[in-house]
Amino acid sequence: MAITDIQTFSHLTAADIETLGQELDTIRRSVELSRGERDAKYIRRTIAAQRGLEVAGRAVLFGSRNRWAWLAGTALLSVAKIIENMELGHNISHGQWDWMNDPEIHSSTWEWDQTGPSSQWRRAHNYSHHTYTNVLGKDEDLGFGILRMTRDEQWRPIHLVQPLANLLLAATFEWGIALHDWAIEKELTGTPKSELLSAPNREFARKIARQVSKDFLLYPALTGPAWKSTLKANATANLVRNLWAYAVIFCGHFPDGAEKFTIEQLEDETQAEWYLRQMLGSANFKAGPAMAFMSGNLCYQIEHHLFPDLPSNRYPEIAARVRELCDKYDLPYTTGSLGKQYLLAFRTIHKLALPDRFLKRTADDAPETSSERKFAGITLPNTERWADNNWLLTDPETGQRRGLRSALHEAKVVLEEKARHEKEVLREAKRALKEKARQEKELLREAKIALQEKARVEQAALRRKTVREKGFRVRLRRA
Amino acid sequence: MVFKNVRDWLEAPAASVAERGGRLNVLRGAVARVTTPLLPDDYLHLANPLWSARELRGRIVDVRKETADSATLVIKPGWGFDFKFQPGQYIGIGLLVDGRWHWRSYSLTCPPDWNAPEHGGKRLISIAVKAMPEGFLSSHIVGGVKPGTIVRLQAPQGGFVLPYPPPAKVLFLTAGSGITPVMSMLRAMDRRGLVSDVVHLHSARTAEDVMFGDELRALHDRHPSFQSHLHLTGEQGKFALADLDAKFPDWRERDTWACGPAAMLDEIEQHWRAAGLAERLHVERFEIERSAIGEGGTVSFGKSGRSVEVDGATSLLEAGESVGVQMPFGCRMGICQTCVVTLSSGHARDLRNGDERREGDKVQTCISAAAGDCTLDV
Ligand code: FES
Repeated sequence: MAITDIQTFSHLTAADIETLGQELDTIRRSVELSRGERDAKYIRRTIAAQRGLEVAGRAVLFGSRNRWAWLAGTALLSVAKIIENMELGHNISHGQWDWMNDPEIHSSTWEWDQTGPSSQWRRAHNYSHHTYTNVLGKDEDLGFGILRMTRDEQWRPIHLVQPLANLLLAATFEWGIALHDWAIEKELTGTPKSELLSAPNREFARKIARQVSKDFLLYPALTGPAWKSTLKANATANLVRNLWAYAVIFCGHFPDGAEKFTIEQLEDETQAEWYLRQMLGSANFKAGPAMAFMSGNLCYQIEHHLFPDLPSNRYPEIAARVRELCDKYDLPYTTGSLGKQYLLAFRTIHKLALPDRFLKRTADDAPETSSERKFAGITLPNTERWADNNWLLTDPETGQRRGLRSALHEAKVVLEEKARHEKEVLREAKRALKEKARQEKELLREAKIALQEKARVEQAALRRKTVREKGFRVRLRRA
Repeated sequence: MVFKNVRDWLEAPAASVAERGGRLNVLRGAVARVTTPLLPDDYLHLANPLWSARELRGRIVDVRKETADSATLVIKPGWGFDFKFQPGQYIGIGLLVDGRWHWRSYSLTCPPDWNAPEHGGKRLISIAVKAMPEGFLSSHIVGGVKPGTIVRLQAPQGGFVLPYPPPAKVLFLTAGSGITPVMSMLRAMDRRGLVSDVVHLHSARTAEDVMFGDELRALHDRHPSFQSHLHLTGEQGKFALADLDAKFPDWRERDTWACGPAAMLDEIEQHWRAAGLAERLHVERFEIERSAIGEGGTVSFGKSGRSVEVDGATSLLEAGESVGVQMPFGCRMGICQTCVVTLSSGHARDLRNGDERREGDKVQTCISAAAGDCTLDV
């Protein structure tokens, strides 16, 4: 079972979590207070740059029958679509720029260049996913209903095709998102499935019609003789955008260390615990400024989940402060290179395609999902003993606080120790067995020798007897 | 019929832009099929900020000092602005300060379809702004908005208007910046050559505080049927309505338009009601530009017509739900933006940090509370 009790898991007391929450609030407030002209310029420039790139890309594609023009146009369009999706659509819809009071750059009105309608995505994403982050059965982004991303989800034979489903999802990511949000929209608004012309259905159909006809009908048609290559270019740009968005999302949510939670954890969850869940449930990846920009600053997924509505251009500075807090409270800060984070997610996808009996670890203690039970008998001090005083330990030697990060580390050490020990025992048993085998072989050999000896003696006796009898017969004949 | 359907279909993507039904919208809608999900305007306004009717915009072409603490802004609106407003209406105007757009409403002071010869005959609009002691934006405007600045606009609106043709006998009662909508009416009458029998009584503290003083005098000289009376409260004290009988004995026969501070308007309304003339009185209450006051208040819900009294700790979302209003909501903790609703009047406060929200702002109802009376657009 995934985490049911974040307090125990995090090795923090309720009071500790409360102060942590206050410190995060302070960060939030200071960013809110310092939002201003500089930030506004950032988003306006991004918008202008994105539109410029898109126009340039579309223009170049008029000559797309030329190989180089095709490449350049496709690249420009791909980049434009990525920025539109990540830094603009995603972040503006989160309300990150609502503070500007600009009716054109506002979460309630922004529409993005993807198949699904923004409004449906906002509900599924901003509400379902961001409120219930990584809570099993509540956050439907956990595997998007297609992939089994935690051992807590029961294995079904369909999961065997997970490696394939994963590829398909990556290539058609915008469609996956669109269908996913559409289903959630209908569920959340209680729209009956039988109602074909329901508002969500109509909105969905209208958006798809516009998106598809734009990229696959109108633009190719506009470029006349170059229609075929333009069509290919548009499809490629969409594919590139899909793959990139998929990679960014998966690196933010599914590398090892991005924890999952159970519904029990939600009961009476305080605001501060909510913060903590966001921190422990997300993962970052390392990126330079350019890659950070292209990912819509979602390489700072942890910060984004803590403050989904603070301007994305401020995430780097927030990240520095969040890391400090992690150090202070001895909490893990999950990050790694893009490649590493993706490989971890990739490994989980493939591992969990298999039924549980092929999996070594459990949902309490696997690299991609763990729970407070993981620590049972390892580092958790007797909770009762520590109940009323602060059981977040301070190392007597270094004065360092010892919390989850140390505990995870220790758990790892203990596990390694255990594994080493088991190996040792195994080796000994093997040696003993070998020795026994050797002894038995020896005995066997001796027995064989004894037997041979016996046989030889008997044979000799027999021969003697025969000789004797022969002599007797000769003597008889002579006689 | 078929033609209309085709046209509707073509226009559909541009259905929400300001310039409704114009021929331009058919084109806009058609082009939007390839710029979707954006409108062509979203690209064009990058070349020229005025080339967009998606959100009305304007460029300030002139800033004229009226008095020590007031100024007239002359604005050239961009695409989609309706110049055929009625004299007396106001517009919403948004100005960018420190990266944030601040919205206020100001009365138009110009007549409809106005073009000033000194601005090359272009169609323009004007508003006059008086700096309020605590008014953040009005002080900003009067204190130094530069010509060339781009502003956002909202279409002219309001029911405080002068009918066309104007009634035969008119009384204007104004004080302070309450003169602005009446200025538009007077200028419209003057422009149309239709100045009926008009009496204008304007109160100001001193002669220097009178906005448009010269123009009033000139109008007075040009049109014998227009009488302009100034009442300087610094010397004469507040104008007593009881003096109306002595000063303008025929006031009861006049259609009256009054605009000024709330206390004055309350008094006038009472006076007119007492005289059984409530029907002939039109008043315009200015939004008072001030910081949020108080905690809690009456929250009204514009579309559903309900209202409820709440304290300063109750969220607007809870307030609405308590009286059965269908409020949009999601996380109920301020992160998802599902619950955002426009504050159509009054003030609210962000419960998380005490930040103030005001008329025209969009508020997250789950983490905002009433700061005084306010109205939500649900
Ligand atoms: S309900 Fe989610 S922000 Fe208000």
